[in-house]
Amino acid sequence: MDLIVQGIIKAFELIVTFDPEVLGITWLSLKISGTATFISLFIGVSIGTAVALNNFYGKRLVISLINTGMGLPPVVVGLFVTMLIWRSGPFGFLEILYTPYAMIIAQAIIATPIVMGISLASIQNLPPNLRLQILSLGASRLQMVWILIKEAKLPLLAAVMAGFGGVISEVGASIMVGGNIKGYSRVLTTATVMETGKGNFDIAIALGIILLILAFIINALLTQLQQRHYPR
Amino acid sequence: MKVFRSSKVLLTLMLAALLIAFGTSSVFAAKAAPKQKNIILATTTSTQDTGLLDTLIPIFEKQTGYFVKTIAVGSGQAMKMGEKGEADVLLVHSPDAEKKFVEDGYGINRRLVMHNDFIIVGPGADPAKIKGVKSSADAMKKIAQAEGLFLSRGDNSGTHAKEKSLWKKAAITPAGQKWYQETGLGMGQTLSVAAEKKGYTLADRGTYLSLKKNLGLDILVEGDAALLNIYHVIEVNSVKWPKANADGAKAFADFMVSKNTQKIIKTFGVDKYGSPLFFPDAGKKDEDLGK
Amino acid sequence: MKSEVLMKAENIILQRAGVTVLDIFELHVQAGRILALIGPNGAGKSTLLLMLAGLLKPRQGKIYFQGSPIETRNDLAMLRRNVSVVFQEPLLLNSSVFENVALGLKFRKIPKEEIKSRVQQSLEYFGISHLEKRSARALSGGEAKRVSLARAFAIKPQIILLDEAFNSLDPPSRETIIEDLKRILEDTKTTAVLALHDREETLRLAQDVSVMNSGKIVQTGTTAEIFNQPDSEFVANFVGTETILEGTVKSCSLGNIVVSVYGQEIEAIGDCSIGQKVYCCLRPENVTVSSRVQEKISARNVFEARIIKIIRQGFFNKLILDCGFPLVAYITIPSCEDLGITQGTTVVASFKATSVHIIHREK
Repeated sequence: MDLIVQGIIKAFELIVTFDPEVLGITWLSLKISGTATFISLFIGVSIGTAVALNNFYGKRLVISLINTGMGLPPVVVGLFVTMLIWRSGPFGFLEILYTPYAMIIAQAIIATPIVMGISLASIQNLPPNLRLQILSLGASRLQMVWILIKEAKLPLLAAVMAGFGGVISEVGASIMVGGNIKGYSRVLTTATVMETGKGNFDIAIALGIILLILAFIINALLTQLQQRHYPR
Repeated sequence: MKVFRSSKVLLTLMLAALLIAFGTSSVFAAKAAPKQKNIILATTTSTQDTGLLDTLIPIFEKQTGYFVKTIAVGSGQAMKMGEKGEADVLLVHSPDAEKKFVEDGYGINRRLVMHNDFIIVGPGADPAKIKGVKSSADAMKKIAQAEGLFLSRGDNSGTHAKEKSLWKKAAITPAGQKWYQETGLGMGQTLSVAAEKKGYTLADRGTYLSLKKNLGLDILVEGDAALLNIYHVIEVNSVKWPKANADGAKAFADFMVSKNTQKIIKTFGVDKYGSPLFFPDAGKKDEDLGK
Repeated sequence: MKSEVLMKAENIILQRAGVTVLDIFELHVQAGRILALIGPNGAGKSTLLLMLAGLLKPRQGKIYFQGSPIETRNDLAMLRRNVSVVFQEPLLLNSSVFENVALGLKFRKIPKEEIKSRVQQSLEYFGISHLEKRSARALSGGEAKRVSLARAFAIKPQIILLDEAFNSLDPPSRETIIEDLKRILEDTKTTAVLALHDREETLRLAQDVSVMNSGKIVQTGTTAEIFNQPDSEFVANFVGTETILEGTVKSCSLGNIVVSVYGQEIEAIGDCSIGQKVYCCLRPENVTVSSRVQEKISARNVFEARIIKIIRQGFFNKLILDCGFPLVAYITIPSCEDLGITQGTTVVASFKATSVHIIHREK
């Protein structure tokens, strides 16, 4: 119990004094997970929409695969990404193992199926005749897709939240491909694990609390955006 | 929230993310730019957890312009990384495995850096009555006889390797025994587990000292020559792995055994724990340690 | 036909999962006229509409618009720009009413000022100018339907295609929307194809009717033709001729035929040969009921009938009669009271030979 109180006090101390190291770690977490979510948004929404709008052989299988991907264990992703970008691996020439880029890639791989699955479902949930109605009003195919995405923006925002929440709180892949290098690839989760390992529970708790606050702020912001579109 | 126009939410969001992305890449680029300036140092958790590397590496980087990526894993995994050419230089404490590593041609230029020592810690009540036992092997025997709970790292780290060698010396096979549990965790966490379960464990002195205040564990056995924890720096063989940063590895290894660094090691931790955590040994021979 | 053909479908075949869902030999849409596609659910009306709108590709066959076939992507774009579709559901986007109505105009890159005036004009047509700034998600069913109609008319289409547009509405708003639609179609002289399955709506809105069944068009004609001269039992049933009797032609001279039905004889007009099997179709409003046999009457068919059942239907009663064969008659309520008609009483039912519509059962 003492430890938790200590941790909370420590957290406030670190936050109100703008501890440069903690600030740096927090900012890096935001950048890496934000970029990864952004990439996954692009890939996930476009592929999700494409799958939802087209009929092709094996569509059900593809949807099952995407839904399975929504639950990809981060460590498994971390393992595969590590093996691919090893110096001896097929993408070793990129020399990105133990860099933030590798973390972005791994996190994007984790977030993409989540965003893809939710966008697929939300586009599929639109009335089936809506796309025909839009086309019949004279829209090009691209205009039609854009309007559908806009129509589905509420669930798509949920997809962003889910994706971002998934990757910012993820540790397994980040530590494997990022290496938890101080000031370079150390993010909130990996730092928490390390401090726990060191036995610095107060700092670990402080980092955990900062992570929670961060996730809360981002989600509150997106929820605010999402909810204000319901009938006036 | 009125800043956001209703239909432009997604666009705004994407733009924001794009800005972040650009900001990120420029920051990363500044550090990642000089090619072959990156050194991957595979090391044990103890060097990182005690904060020694946090002190040394900025000095090295400032002196040389290299950028060191410290990957803190167990000694076993660190050497695996070296075997695969995924690391440039190792700072490890698992002498038997290290010798084999060099003999197999994966590493070159193995040099002694420093030592500290392992200690056997346990609850104050000491159910196996090992306090004060001189030989670490005898202490292990007593724990086994009394079936006192023993927590092992179980992660192929240097500490784990040392622990196994002690069991071997005591001629005991602890694996599978009820009183023997493997945590699969780092030193700090394993110490916490031992404290929670009131068990014995083998720990390096540095980590123990830095955590002491939160644990209820006492030092029960110390000072045996067999308990020495010796750190070597090994450069990964760039003949075998051309991609490895040989120059960087050599520069780092040279730095670790340099006079100035050895001086820093000697005083590291004194201000915080009252006694040094490591003893500099550059230039000595393994056999001379502990005498 | 008096007017030109604006749109034409020929030899259309469409299959889904190996089942033929559409098999249209020919469909003509006359410019300036209102054509109803009627038929039961699943007859293929909606599918045919989608095809006319260029939203569904036929496996086989062609759609012609203004005389030229729709073949290339450009043809298709041209067709879509000239056609408006109104679906069963309003399908409004989650934005304001104005934005929804302006959608088609925006795709056409029409200048902002013109969009504004055309949207307002279209809203005015349907009497919903006051809704302009409202969110489309906050509308009632009737309002939403009006918005979707306004959206379809805003682009000033050459043809408007409506799919069961009034199904989900409550009766009062349905009434007014049908009236408004009829007026606007006439005012704007827009050609329309309406998929309907309600007889009354068809009678009120359509000038021409094509009856569909299982993917085929079974009869085409003016509304009067379809309702009075159904050429198959299916059409007769669907458009609501209540009495359909199976019979055999007994004698035939100078176009006067006598059909034997359940041992009774019905006189009718037609061109048949003796022994031919036919249906005799009788619309209930053409049957007269009286209390006793009149001495002189022009009606050739006079039968004694027992009243099996009286069903009240608005301003008239529907009588189910038994004259040796079943017969349905519509009688106004005052007539019923005058005649003292109650269930079980016996009356005389009569109808003219000319009001019997003969359909050949087999060749």
